[in-house]
Amino acid sequence: MNLRRDVFQAIADPTRRAILLLVASQSMTAGAIASNFDTARPTVSKHLQILTTCELLEQEQNGREIYYHINAEKMKEVADFIEPFRQMWDDRFNKLEDIMKNYPR
Amino acid sequence: MERKTKIIAEDGKQELMITREFDLPLELLFKAYEEPAIVEQWMGTKVMKLENKQHGSWRFETSDPKGNVVFRSHGAIHEFVPNQKITRTFEMENTPFPVQLEYLEFEPLTDKTSKLTMHVIYKSVAVRDQLLKLPFAQGINRAHNRLEEIVTKLNR
Repeated sequence: MNLRRDVFQAIADPTRRAILLLVASQSMTAGAIASNFDTARPTVSKHLQILTTCELLEQEQNGREIYYHINAEKMKEVADFIEPFRQMWDDRFNKLEDIMKNYPR
Repeated sequence: MERKTKIIAEDGKQELMITREFDLPLELLFKAYEEPAIVEQWMGTKVMKLENKQHGSWRFETSDPKGNVVFRSHGAIHEFVPNQKITRTFEMENTPFPVQLEYLEFEPLTDKTSKLTMHVIYKSVAVRDQLLKLPFAQGINRAHNRLEEIVTKLNR
């Protein structure tokens, strides 16, 4: 069974989110990206592959190196741009509420 | 009671407001921001430091399942008034985003409900918009992830 590499699944992972943050305003090579994490290089490569497959990252050849940059068009596709941000906070606040409802008074 | 989280991000402004009403008394809402062990649970991050006082500093770390740190944020606390407000800076390490200023206000609505208003100010309109456009907000869809784990193992 092939897991559809959709955008939401891609960004469910904290490392992949961190990679997107890193590449947000400047394109970087895989090596430069990996050097920012303690995570093993093959693991980072796998994350890059996932992000590229779902088109959140694009590759561009520059000389001998391949540079990764954010695919702005794809980002716009991810619903209205505020909605994911709102959803993130909503999830956190729902969790907060659940935890504190069970908190002993 | 409208409990859904609301975001107000007007075009051309370098700030936004996040508001949420909680089915919790004010003290419990505030406690969830004050106690490191509780913050860890709902923020999904590790609290390395949290000095709840003026000139105190804070630091959070998020790790991948193998324990490698993938995200760090830190800041300084400017105001800390229990059950009323927290004013602090927030900066993400290893990103091009400059530090942002956050005003958190806590207020009671009834004796069983309360409200949080977060006013976040960014260095520029461009910074705010760029940050909002990042698809990092989908968070963790646990059921989805668990399914993925299982299927991945089956495929080995």
